[in-house]
Amino acid sequence: MIYAEILAGGKGTRMGNTAMPKQFLMLGDKPIFIHTVEQFLLNTRVEKILICTPKQWIAYTKDTLKKYIANREKIEVVAGGATRNDTIMNGIKYIEDNHGLNDDDIIITHDAVRPFLTQRIIDDNIEAALKYGATDTVVEAFDTIVHSKDGKIITDIPLRSEMYQGQTPQSFNIKLLKGFFESLTEDEKEILTDACKALVIKGNDVHLVRGETFNMKITTQYDLKVANGLVEGQTI
Amino acid sequence: MINTVYRLIAPKSIRADFIDLKLDDERVIIRPTYLSICAADERYYTGSRGEAVMRKKLPMALIHEAVGEVVYDPKGEYKVGTNVVMVPNTPYEKDPIIKENYLRSSKFRASGFDGFMQNVVSMRRDLIIPFDYDPAIAVLLELTSVGMNAVENFDAHANANRDTIGVWGNGNVGFVTALILRKRFPNAKIYIFGVQQHKNDYFSFADDTFLIDDIPEDLQLDHAFECVGGRGSEAAISQIIDYIKPQGTINLMGVSEKPVPINTRMVLEKGLTLLGNSRSNYDDFKKSVELMSENDDVKEYLSTIVSEVVYVRTVNDMIRAFEDDVNNDFKTIMKWEI
Repeated sequence: MIYAEILAGGKGTRMGNTAMPKQFLMLGDKPIFIHTVEQFLLNTRVEKILICTPKQWIAYTKDTLKKYIANREKIEVVAGGATRNDTIMNGIKYIEDNHGLNDDDIIITHDAVRPFLTQRIIDDNIEAALKYGATDTVVEAFDTIVHSKDGKIITDIPLRSEMYQGQTPQSFNIKLLKGFFESLTEDEKEILTDACKALVIKGNDVHLVRGETFNMKITTQYDLKVANGLVEGQTI
Repeated sequence: MINTVYRLIAPKSIRADFIDLKLDDERVIIRPTYLSICAADERYYTGSRGEAVMRKKLPMALIHEAVGEVVYDPKGEYKVGTNVVMVPNTPYEKDPIIKENYLRSSKFRASGFDGFMQNVVSMRRDLIIPFDYDPAIAVLLELTSVGMNAVENFDAHANANRDTIGVWGNGNVGFVTALILRKRFPNAKIYIFGVQQHKNDYFSFADDTFLIDDIPEDLQLDHAFECVGGRGSEAAISQIIDYIKPQGTINLMGVSEKPVPINTRMVLEKGLTLLGNSRSNYDDFKKSVELMSENDDVKEYLSTIVSEVVYVRTVNDMIRAFEDDVNNDFKTIMKWEI
């Protein structure tokens, strides 16, 4: 089976105030995460879409899905975890409990707040995950990356032609990812917050899929303004 | 969902734009699989439509020839994965006499609104037709439907003499029109008139081909199709008037940016009928889908005019397809992997 796991784990808590998590804010006429879910809904190879959301937002997520998406048979809402990796693993546990795990099952994990992804990016993730077991979506770095250990002086400036910016989806063979996480110590889990980074540090190959510069992550009000500026209404 | 639409914003410049697409019951969502470049697209791409037209029409996604697969149909009328051809002519009214492709209220893809260069396309249910053969050939259904529209029009209006039919122009439109004439009138002599011998050579199903500067003087035609267009239109129509029999029809299919002078004295003397043809409607598509379905040789012939297939995964690939198309003898197809 090919699963998509939409990571909508952000709680939107800032400075003690609880704001509406970003994934639920409006982009055009719909909440951001609905756009993201719909893009996966249109990919004919994706069989199940899990939406991992903070526990207190599960009912809200379900209500919102009901409001915007008529065909919801493929969609399931699951509680997220404390960290990104916990959230991914909660999704995998849900799959294992409800659908069982097969050797060639893959999971496409994607930020709910990246609604601009394309069908080609999803397809390339599926192909690469089936072939290589682990894949990360990237774009070439346009800006020079400056590395500083203390935030005061430059430690070094890596060669830009070898630098990429990580996006999502990140996609994995589920059994590979599960086995790998289970092998990590609690301390390692604390540090290795990104699944791809964890795999690489432990010596696994993670293959690159070309993203798009417009596959942006909407995390700030500025991003949301830019995103809303980019999107036009349907006219015909 | 956010749909990515690849629009021409200036000559040779394509940009990704984003549309908030509604997934409602009225529409079926199609993911394009193959797109085919038409001379009309190329005229926009290179900017040869002129500045005033470009200012009015752009930004706009190009391409009106495309097939795709159904990825979402909330009503369940079409199974996911069904191959369909998309009809670019979009009518807004029905007329008992006038065909939709001639109604001034109709809109046309990549002319009046965005064409098919999109991540997915939201299509009205009445504007898609399923087919069950290779989409790489089916992408020529729009071109075929344009020939079909003209041949239907000819059949409805021309006199009963159908022994010899001439086709001026050995490009894509000439090829497909001649092929439909071959099938529709198996006993007629189909003659092709072109500028280049190597393109004439593709017309193996025709009874004879001629270079336009080497036509036998005693040749006579019952009817003729002009599939030349542009600056060649005048010379082609002039030759047709010379070789056509009285009361024949001249079926005009070539698009020209500038007005074309016509020897009306001889049109009058010979009592000729000039029939204008443009684009096609749903019925022409339907007949074209059947023509390809019932005739393997039609699919074979059409596959010979695919000059190049460009795999498109980036905007640069799109640019390459349009640039290559300028030098290709026949069709440039984009395998759409966006």
